[in-house]
Amino acid sequence: METKTVETQHAPIRYLEGGSGEPLVFLHGAGGMTADDPLLAELASRFHVYAPFLPGYGESEECGSLRDMLDFALHGWDVVEALGLKNPILVGHSMGGMIAAEMAALAPNDVSRLVLICPAGLWMDDHPIVDMFSLLPFEMPKYLFHDPEAGAAMMTSGLKMDDPNFLQTYLVRNARQLGMAGKLLFPIPERGLAERLYRVKAKTVIVWGESDKLIPPIYGPAFQSAIAGAQLVNVPEAGHMIIAEKPGEVARAVETVA
Amino acid sequence: MKFTWFNLMPWPYLPDDFREKHHSVWVDIDQRLFDPVKSHEVYNTYMDLLEYAGALGFDGIGVNEHHQNGYGIMPSPNIIAAGLARRTKDAAIVVLGNSIALYNPPVRVAEEFAMLDCISGGRLVAGFPVGTSMDTNFCYGQIPALTREKYAEAHDLIIKAWTHRDPFAFNGRYNKLRHVNIWPRPIQQPHPPIHIPGGGSVETYDFCIDNTYSYSYLSFTGYLRAKALLQGYWNRVEERGAPDKSPYRAGFAQTICVAETDEEAERLYWPHVNYFYNRCLHVYPGFADAPGYRTIKTIQTGALSQYAPPRGGFAELTWKDLIEGGHVIAGSPETVRQRMEDLAKGLHVGNIFCLMHVGDMPAEKCMYSTKLFADKVMPKLRGLFPEWADDDRFWCHPIEKRVTAGSLPPAPTSAPGAPARQPVPAE
Repeated sequence: METKTVETQHAPIRYLEGGSGEPLVFLHGAGGMTADDPLLAELASRFHVYAPFLPGYGESEECGSLRDMLDFALHGWDVVEALGLKNPILVGHSMGGMIAAEMAALAPNDVSRLVLICPAGLWMDDHPIVDMFSLLPFEMPKYLFHDPEAGAAMMTSGLKMDDPNFLQTYLVRNARQLGMAGKLLFPIPERGLAERLYRVKAKTVIVWGESDKLIPPIYGPAFQSAIAGAQLVNVPEAGHMIIAEKPGEVARAVETVA
Repeated sequence: MKFTWFNLMPWPYLPDDFREKHHSVWVDIDQRLFDPVKSHEVYNTYMDLLEYAGALGFDGIGVNEHHQNGYGIMPSPNIIAAGLARRTKDAAIVVLGNSIALYNPPVRVAEEFAMLDCISGGRLVAGFPVGTSMDTNFCYGQIPALTREKYAEAHDLIIKAWTHRDPFAFNGRYNKLRHVNIWPRPIQQPHPPIHIPGGGSVETYDFCIDNTYSYSYLSFTGYLRAKALLQGYWNRVEERGAPDKSPYRAGFAQTICVAETDEEAERLYWPHVNYFYNRCLHVYPGFADAPGYRTIKTIQTGALSQYAPPRGGFAELTWKDLIEGGHVIAGSPETVRQRMEDLAKGLHVGNIFCLMHVGDMPAEKCMYSTKLFADKVMPKLRGLFPEWADDDRFWCHPIEKRVTAGSLPPAPTSAPGAPARQPVPAE
């Protein structure tokens, strides 16, 4: 994947680009994304992938003027426009799924294929979603992965924890990324999407890890019933980070809408 | 020097195994530990102690705002302050403060502070904290990265409400009000003095310097650890071109316990200090600092959250650790005087918030310590910073003729103001 920059109204946006085929835009989750993301590699073997970093993520500059759901969804369309794309396959994971769903509800005639990978955006009182903003780093893997031990190793690989500046670097990255994510997800990851999903016209597939402990799989049918004709694919032995644990299965689900 | 006697109002009945058995003293504290019937006595004793300190000559008596917190049963400091305003005569009522981003609309703060100023005869010292992340984000649901913007807007709205004599429209991002016109308005003009509690962010330094507000550092880790932070503030005061470096531009909170001797202090107060530091401060670290709550700039200056666990985790702190580390200033009046002088001079602070009710301290011990401080320590520290003795920019200005609460005339026996009843003339 190559790292490139595109100008938008809000900030210069860094994005990863790779592969060939139909254009596909991937929107990352609250934890961000790296160039060696296994799902992006899978998708790039089938599609021409564009994966923009939200402001505050990766090398995209922070942007104080993106504050609420509408700002984020319109920013998403600004990026698609700036990349010169028309009707790309729209794929989003977790928070990125929430944004993708919102974009599809906002401009239903501009997106005909939509993939939501354990998306945020709905809330059921009987199935409260964990407050990820109060989790300590060591508590994360058990909510994110089917196999927390392997997940923890994945999360910490490449981190220089013995670096004296590690803590500060970590805190700054957290503040940039999760500070931004908090605008959509804090304290409850719901911004009225349920009332707008009826507008989505895209052929939609929803993918969920059966061991997702962050956003439990029961949210899959809730999304499915809100979007006309949506398919739901449940993947065994995968947690919320299904994109790292079962990237091949996710990519195959994406192919079903292509 | 200005001494404010502060009561955090800790719940004094946390169990011995609180740290081991409970997740956090704050945010998700077990509600079953609170006994409303027992709180009746706790509240009234705590308010009595504040009034007692007022009567002993402390310059101010102080209250603050915390939510869902085992060491602060004061979600509404204004309710306590209203009671104190009625029952005290001279002490400043220091409300440090109202977390202004949490009031909807923040005009409510302008109104309630105005009421307190009017009832107390101009004795209000107003505090505007951003509020801790526990209070503001985790308990009251404010989005961390937007909290400061909302705070700044609330501040502008309150100041404008206090200083404009005609109704105005306020078209904010978080507050849209067509008719702002507060009634009542405060006695003190243009508005009561303002103190801003902060935790080391440069933005807050500048905000205080630019508006002539006093910057207060309210931590529980004592004056030795505060040196670097306060030095950062004073450097900024200079860089920013403030006209002076008056020590009243800054305030500091310090836990203080006074006895006849150092040994007596340990014997009397250690159980309660231990209760506070090893039980009340058991805050789950995940609640200490929601991502986005502190600015990138602040994190980059290297300041850790005031509530971040100490390096090496929560090892049990001993009396010796706490005294040597300066968390607590305790001992004989002379020991305390010396260390308080070090504190005031070392940090260059004129406003001291004296944390003299500690943990589960019973009233008698608290009164003993408070009286010794008032009689034997405070008078010897009064004269520090003589060159700034007249700096009254950061303190309240009460009116001269203040009424005494509870001074109604005798109950009338007939309609007031009616002419005296004439005897009915004999026919």
